[in-house]
Amino acid sequence: MRGTVAGLVLALVAGGCGRGDRGAAHTGSPATYGFGRAATTEDISAWDIDVMPDGRGLPPGRGTVPQGSAIYAHQCAACHGPTGTEGPSERLVGREPRQGFPFGSDPRFVRTVGNYWPYATTLYDYVNRAMPLNAPGSLKPDEVYSLVAFLLWRNEIVADTAVMNSQTLPQVVMPARDRFVVDNRRGGPEFR
Amino acid sequence: MTDASISRRVLLASMAGVLGAHALHRAGIAQVPGHAPPDPTKVPGAPLSELGQRSPFERPRRIPMGNGHSSLAPLQDLYGIVTPADLHFERHHAGVPAIDPQRYKLLIHGMVERPQLFDLDALKRFPAVSRLHFLECSGNGTPSYRGIRPNLSPQLIDGLTSTSEWSGVPLAVLFREVGVKPGAKWFLAEGEDAAVMTRSIPIDKAWDDALIAYGQNGEALRPEQGYPARLLLPGWEGNANVKWIRRIELADRPFMTREETSKYTDPLGDGTARMFSFVMDAKSIITFPAYPVILHDRGWWEISGIAWSGRGRITRVEVSTDGGKQWEPAELQQPVLPKCHTRFRSLWKWDGRETTLLSRAVDETGYVQPTLEQLRNARGLGTAYHFNHIRAWRVQGDGAVVFGLEG
Repeated sequence: MRGTVAGLVLALVAGGCGRGDRGAAHTGSPATYGFGRAATTEDISAWDIDVMPDGRGLPPGRGTVPQGSAIYAHQCAACHGPTGTEGPSERLVGREPRQGFPFGSDPRFVRTVGNYWPYATTLYDYVNRAMPLNAPGSLKPDEVYSLVAFLLWRNEIVADTAVMNSQTLPQVVMPARDRFVVDNRRGGPEFR
Repeated sequence: MTDASISRRVLLASMAGVLGAHALHRAGIAQVPGHAPPDPTKVPGAPLSELGQRSPFERPRRIPMGNGHSSLAPLQDLYGIVTPADLHFERHHAGVPAIDPQRYKLLIHGMVERPQLFDLDALKRFPAVSRLHFLECSGNGTPSYRGIRPNLSPQLIDGLTSTSEWSGVPLAVLFREVGVKPGAKWFLAEGEDAAVMTRSIPIDKAWDDALIAYGQNGEALRPEQGYPARLLLPGWEGNANVKWIRRIELADRPFMTREETSKYTDPLGDGTARMFSFVMDAKSIITFPAYPVILHDRGWWEISGIAWSGRGRITRVEVSTDGGKQWEPAELQQPVLPKCHTRFRSLWKWDGRETTLLSRAVDETGYVQPTLEQLRNARGLGTAYHFNHIRAWRVQGDGAVVFGLEG
């Protein structure tokens, strides 16, 4: 993470204050109540599926564009269209316009993976947790890596020979990565 | 009350159980939907019941949208500030999950001293709070920003906001329980729905006023609002208030999930997009008179509506009955609570001429609800989410009220 997003993280943590007695609901609250039970490694690994932009959370496995193309046709095309542009569900593919980032000024442009998503790792995280709609969470890591490779290739971000795995995916630089900025609204008399 | 009167009531209640409502109606001693006796004082009323029902003459309804993802609360049919739980707006990303409260658990892990699992009983055993707060989808109001058309009701424009009394345990209490490690700045909130919905939240919100809520308007959360437990982030965009919450992971940075990158970011006119735009800015809408109301008479009418701000209390609502040339302060009905719908009222004498009604809210930071033009200038015509500009109602000469542009 760098640039605008790194700035964002700093900005949002700058307001941190001393811990003190935060979270004490009553005067004389105990340090801990002892309710609930300790989570085991197994408890955590059963649910801990998130993937971060630096690659943390990505599982072993690999996928290629041709493999992804076959899985896409079988699992995704019915909703997203044969090439990821036709719908009826969300459009996944598209780089228009090639120049600039005019989504705020011009509502005609459709936001896609290729022209709007800032991180490639988000594709893995989301497809893995929520797709396909009729069987979420059913894809194996190799299948998810393959679909990610296929969608990145369709969006002209990686070559058709690309292999996606836990090492290569976090290195993919998305076209829109540096377009995102900190929320600068603060209340008060100014409109932002 | 005498013993005899008690006996009669018990008897009637027993009869209701034995005979059923249909038989009672045939016996002439109970109402059926849509029917009332000519003189209700001449027949005994309906018996006791375990679960109350709305009057059959009242049919407030949510409007499910064609996209299958959201339904809108009937703002024009509501009084005061509280939204009945069964009319609270819905926004789901993969439907409403069915969760067995006996099997429910919340996992808190990541940068904590003691990763911990809490079942529902454990959550309810912690010190609890109840607070009234609005909850609003940040996409609310989209039809008032682009493609404006006259036949829009308050429900169709702004029905993705609702207010409830939420009960639960402060997230700060749970964070104290698990021991937050130095360097933890964000947490991931994850739902147990089929979207396994996730958002990253700055940790300061947990120390401030976030709740793990399990109660809504005095009862358990409705399934559509996250049963058995949800994250509640007062004043922040609805999507971040993850429903059916099952996992919280603390980390040193945001996770950059789909819902905070591809969605719920606000493209701006300057060629950037705003991220983590959590707070809902001050806003108001007149809910009466509003489309499809037709004012059948000139003379006195009470203009009424709701105002709210994610930054605190509403301090002022101004109403204009002449398209914005003059503004008069409306009355704010108590209670006026922070991050909560506030009811405003303003008396108006309609002279029968065409005019435009407007309302604008001011919050305790001094923020004034902007005009549509001001918001478009600040963010661009193509922006998404956070459409909190002034709403306008055009009163036509024939008394018909339609949604319309200002002025």
